[in-house]
Amino acid sequence: MEKIQEKISLVTADGTPLKISLARAQRRGKMVAFMMVFPLLFFVAIAFIVPIADMLLFSIDNSIVKNILPKTTEALKDWSEYSGELPDEVVFAAMVEEIKSAKAAKQHTKVGGRLNYESSGFSSLFRKAGRKVKKIKNPPFKEALIESDKLWGEIYTWQVIKQNSSDYTDGYYLAALDFKRKFESGKIESLPEKDSIYLKLFFRTIVISFVIVFLTLVIGFPLSYMLSTVSTRTSNILIIFVLLPFWTSLLVRTTSWIALLQQEGVINDFLIFIGFITEDGRLAMIHNATGTVIAMTHILLPFMILPLFSVMKTIPKSYVRAAISLGAHPWKAFWKIYFPNTAPGIGAGSILVFILAIGYYITPALVGGVSGTFISNRIAYHISNSLNWGLGSAIGVILLGIVLLFFVFYDRIVGINNMKLG
Amino acid sequence: MKNFMRNMMATAVMATLGFVGQAIAKDLVVVSWGGAYTASQQNAYHAPYMKNNPGIKIINDDSAGTAVAKLRAMNEAGNVTWDLVDVVAADAMRLCDEGLAEVINHDKDLAAAPDGTSASKDFGGLIVSECFIPQIVYSTTFGYRTDKVSRPMSSICDIFDTKSFPGKRSLQKSPLGNMEWALICDGVAPDKIFDVLGTSKGADRALAKLTTIKSDVVWWTAGAQTPQLLADGEVVVGSTYNGRLFKMIAVDKQPVAMLWDWQIFDLDGWIVPKGTKNKAEVMKYLRFATDTQRLADQSKWISYGPARASSAPFVGKHATLGIDMAPHMPTDPNNSKTTLLTNYEFWADNKDDLDAKFNAWLLK
Repeated sequence: MEKIQEKISLVTADGTPLKISLARAQRRGKMVAFMMVFPLLFFVAIAFIVPIADMLLFSIDNSIVKNILPKTTEALKDWSEYSGELPDEVVFAAMVEEIKSAKAAKQHTKVGGRLNYESSGFSSLFRKAGRKVKKIKNPPFKEALIESDKLWGEIYTWQVIKQNSSDYTDGYYLAALDFKRKFESGKIESLPEKDSIYLKLFFRTIVISFVIVFLTLVIGFPLSYMLSTVSTRTSNILIIFVLLPFWTSLLVRTTSWIALLQQEGVINDFLIFIGFITEDGRLAMIHNATGTVIAMTHILLPFMILPLFSVMKTIPKSYVRAAISLGAHPWKAFWKIYFPNTAPGIGAGSILVFILAIGYYITPALVGGVSGTFISNRIAYHISNSLNWGLGSAIGVILLGIVLLFFVFYDRIVGINNMKLG
Repeated sequence: MKNFMRNMMATAVMATLGFVGQAIAKDLVVVSWGGAYTASQQNAYHAPYMKNNPGIKIINDDSAGTAVAKLRAMNEAGNVTWDLVDVVAADAMRLCDEGLAEVINHDKDLAAAPDGTSASKDFGGLIVSECFIPQIVYSTTFGYRTDKVSRPMSSICDIFDTKSFPGKRSLQKSPLGNMEWALICDGVAPDKIFDVLGTSKGADRALAKLTTIKSDVVWWTAGAQTPQLLADGEVVVGSTYNGRLFKMIAVDKQPVAMLWDWQIFDLDGWIVPKGTKNKAEVMKYLRFATDTQRLADQSKWISYGPARASSAPFVGKHATLGIDMAPHMPTDPNNSKTTLLTNYEFWADNKDDLDAKFNAWLLK
């Protein structure tokens, strides 16, 4: 059988089978193609995949305690944390030794900082221990360490340390979803309503983002329709008006809204002037959710108008004319013929505005007051202020998950292929 | 043609010299807060230092607001591009804790006072971390609109008195300061504040007091917001850094007055980031920039108190306005009858916890 196949296979001039020769030529082509996209792939990997992977890692990484206190965490393995008794002398001896060496490398405070995210007081406990351990030279280390700070004599302290001595933790995700691990029992509990932050903020961020998508659509749709129907010259001028704020600094646009909307601001003054409201009834339109919605709708409007406009321009006017000439009511002609054709633009604009809105933080921070801040404001706080990058990353990962979830929903309902970005 | 050639030669030589000159000159990247504050440092420290040391060029970077996170990121990337960073004391402590700042030997690295007092004695208790070189004492305090209140405000508890002083107040969107003031006005003895605040009940008590004015508060996140809100008449009274209020009152001549009662002192100063490539030059610069005269010079440009005790007698008049600076200093005896010093140790332990409580309270 093989022999027959060999006989009938085609060969090139130099005697190699055509199949192999073709594969070789194609491989070269593929290599060239790959080399051409390689810079792009490399860029995507560096600028996109690596940071996201890094963020994922940060949100579960818990290696600080184990790396800086290896012997102590090893010795703690033999201690049963719910026995109601303190760990043995071995653990205390290891702790004293390792705080000494960590102090020399200036790392003991790092452990304290890490554990302080779990329970208040560890920061100063380790800072103080770093100052005092050098005086502890001889056993028994247990008594000596407890004498330096009575917190070392509490079982709770060791429970926290033991439960944070593995390489990975789910603690940041628990915190990001308003749960808390009780170290006394190892059980996970949800925070009482009065202490919950993140779930409320996630919910609010999504709701306000939807409101913004809706408003940009309501404002953007007729505007884009007008842009697509007027003469090219007029539409070019109008497009510049759409793009002009786009090129203005975000901060400038946001602060202009403050000047307009504040209680002593232009709009309130005008409303009083025309007698619509009284001096005591000045409207609170900023430093609350209203401010965030107004300012962000304005800022994100171009992202709705541009895809809508590009789609509307391609819809032949004859469609609607044909529908009307066949007896459809103008409203029906619009709703049954024109509107469905704009769906790719609506889809693209909505997804764009939604994804941008859900991650916004500068505008909500400036105009949102208390009721108009977003979950991203908490991410910013944890990255740049509290330095709890683990928690910040965990919230970020959840936010990314939410965006992907909406994306999948969108794909199921509308279809991602139906989207047109201009 | 000959002339042309000669010109070309001269240009080439000059360009080469210029290039060599640049190669010799060392750039020091100094990170600070920007605006009037960086200007005061430029006038008091950078300009005279560069004049005396032509080989050094100081480049200002205004990203102190995000310095802690950026330093940590630089450290993780293994490429620290900053040489000196201006941070508040609490951040200096944290950077020191994380091993991101160099430990300073204050007596060895810094100049002694003119009378020979060692640097560590001259700075005294203000050296709150072994990595921290104090520079100024500033305070978070209140300014109020003189034209919008029926009588001058004199007590911190006037903030909580919405009957006598109706209108909005601006407070920082942070538990720091607000919780201390709330407890003082709820009757807690000032020396017991942190004992009370450290308990769950005490924190609830502070928040309960803040609840009484919650609907009247505009929360700020940047120091520039309160002056703007005051100027626009959006708030009658608001907290911010005292230097910002000084500018409003003395430079912009706004109808605003200070309410110094229970101002909260805080410190700002330098840290040397670990991994700086110009450590020797930076230490030399630091010795100059933190000496008695230089710290006093800075107060000619901005109303923050110099951190050295020995600088106080040298505080003079404002460099351009010509007004006496001493009465505008938070440390002036008339202004500092009742003060609170930020409790760094307490906040290092409890900030995360109280901040979570505070934010949950805001969302209620």
